[in-house]
Amino acid sequence: MALATYRDALNQALREEMSRDEDVFLIGEEVAEYDGAYKVSKGLLDEFGEWRVRDAPIAELGFAGLGVGAAMTGLRPIVEFMTWNFALLAMDQIINSAAKLYQMSGGQYNVPIVFRGPGGAALMLASQHSQSPEPWYAYVPGLKVCSPATPYDAKGLLKSAVRDNDPVVFIEGELLYNIKGEVPDEEYLVPIGAADVKRAGDGLTIVSYGKMVHTALDAAEKLAAEDGLEAEVIDLRTVRPLDIATVVTSVRKTNRALVVEEGWPVANIGAQLVDDIQREAFDSLDAPVARVTGLDVPMPYARNLEKIVVPSVETVLRAARQVSYIS
Amino acid sequence: MATRQSRTQEGETGTDREAERKPDFLGLEPENLKSLLRLMILARRFEEKAAESYQLGKIGGFLHLYIGQEAVAAGAITALREDDFVISAYREHAQALVRGVAARAVMAELYGRADGCSKGMGGSMHLYDRSVNFMGGHGIVGSHLPIAAGVGYAIRYRKQDRVCLCFLGDAAVNIGAFHEALNMAAKWELPVIYIIENNEYGMGTGIDRTAAISDLVDRACAFEGMASEQVDGMDVLKMRAATERAVRLAREEHRPSLLEAITYRYMGHSMADPSHGTYRSREEVERWRGDDPIVSFSDRLIATGLMTGQGYEEMDQAAIEEVEEAAEFAEASPRPDESHIYDLVYSDEYPHGADRRDSWR
Repeated sequence: MALATYRDALNQALREEMSRDEDVFLIGEEVAEYDGAYKVSKGLLDEFGEWRVRDAPIAELGFAGLGVGAAMTGLRPIVEFMTWNFALLAMDQIINSAAKLYQMSGGQYNVPIVFRGPGGAALMLASQHSQSPEPWYAYVPGLKVCSPATPYDAKGLLKSAVRDNDPVVFIEGELLYNIKGEVPDEEYLVPIGAADVKRAGDGLTIVSYGKMVHTALDAAEKLAAEDGLEAEVIDLRTVRPLDIATVVTSVRKTNRALVVEEGWPVANIGAQLVDDIQREAFDSLDAPVARVTGLDVPMPYARNLEKIVVPSVETVLRAARQVSYIS
Repeated sequence: MATRQSRTQEGETGTDREAERKPDFLGLEPENLKSLLRLMILARRFEEKAAESYQLGKIGGFLHLYIGQEAVAAGAITALREDDFVISAYREHAQALVRGVAARAVMAELYGRADGCSKGMGGSMHLYDRSVNFMGGHGIVGSHLPIAAGVGYAIRYRKQDRVCLCFLGDAAVNIGAFHEALNMAAKWELPVIYIIENNEYGMGTGIDRTAAISDLVDRACAFEGMASEQVDGMDVLKMRAATERAVRLAREEHRPSLLEAITYRYMGHSMADPSHGTYRSREEVERWRGDDPIVSFSDRLIATGLMTGQGYEEMDQAAIEEVEEAAEFAEASPRPDESHIYDLVYSDEYPHGADRRDSWR
């Protein structure tokens, strides 16, 4: 076991999968000569050559579609978006082509492709570069959507995504690339669609994914220290398919649930979870399910405004106390 | 507006004149020539039957007919090898048939039946048959152009000498995906042949009202290394010859091409639209009908003694019987099994099974 950054863990996953399977290739803006905008693909061009590590034109729709076509012939493209904000231009290929081709062709053409890149707010990047796209893709049958929070999960999930025979939307945390965590030396996979209990507890269930898992964990520590309440923190890791069983098992134990995510509140993952929890654990609930989300506004540039838009440890703490009836 | 004169871009190899000089029909055997005619007739009769079935309510949704354009599909696709790839937009019945998708499987697909070439999941706009490398059937204008580039990328990636033939409508030259795809195809020398089927109208709007270029093929000049040629798309042999030239460039030199086939659809944009009216006159349609690709080619074969009038009648009758049989087959084919509604959403494992959120059913 060694410490690795989230960035290096992803780099290891790419290198291992490309070494293991010569059908795997990477395409995206600046992934080759420049080593990747966030250096996730560092060194891969030298190791695998230009046909397997391809600098794409700034034309997201085009190179996403190129990936889909290559995948239809059995290759396993990894399409990197410099950020998921730019992938809005490629949504036609992700949704109308990749997600639908298997069914539309009567099961003849599956599309083994990974679309990956960073999402979420970073620091003062303003509205067009600060978005949480998970719900847009989780809506679509035919896609799987991952959003890992730790280096361990990032590596294991990306390797599973590359091996998956269907399109996987893989959303990394733009502010997570430098965080460090334990990554085993030996090979391992993290299964798609399996949540992970990141902190055990019996006082309250906090459900989150991606960067907000860390905010939730920090809040849980404060809650324990200040209120003596042990929160169980569940990291969904995959938001489609959702591992409802793990969530419900926890809620049946704690009787209280709080969902924490960075994006906008309307029709998001948390809204979906509230429905799932009320349907499957209604009799276990001692309080209405609470949600912490980003504010319902496009991200402003000014730092003080940005700070109040993104959920903080304090907002999570406040919501946790509210749902636990601690005043 | 483009004329029906074939022409090649400066510096390209070969010209149509070469073909025109040869009285021997490109050197094709009589059987091959008759096969070209047979494929066009099959496509025509198939779609006439489909139109009838549509009006009887047996086919739903959108039905975009190709009638008038048959020479493009027949000439182009027969220039390919079996291991090459074909991909198209949503006016693709004829292309599927010419490529070798069984008429009964295409008709069953239009009827929404389990024996359809896409198991009743795609319909008219989404025909697929992996066994003959027919890759659809795409319903969003321009979306399949980058996909074709991806097929070309995979061919180069695997160091093969296959090619990908991609059909698009005239109006697709204005969408961003066109530029993005052709740029990649040229930059990375992908063996893709893009064929614009210029039938003069994008739905009910003349292409000259929306494209800032008079000869669409000239868009190729934006991409270094891309060969280009404008072809008389009402002449199956000219289509065949031009495609053969492009295939050779793609296969041997990894050089992509943009061909523009000047053609015409006799019917409306889809079955929901009139063949003429506000956007084009009856006289215009009649004028093009006078240049019917099937009539002109069969006349040529008969005039040169390669075929008799009776031979033509027999060929036509055989096509009619084939499509009648296809319709009967489609009618008798079962509807897709409702209990398998989730089976084709994912090819791989989907943890926890189908989402239970639709359990209200």
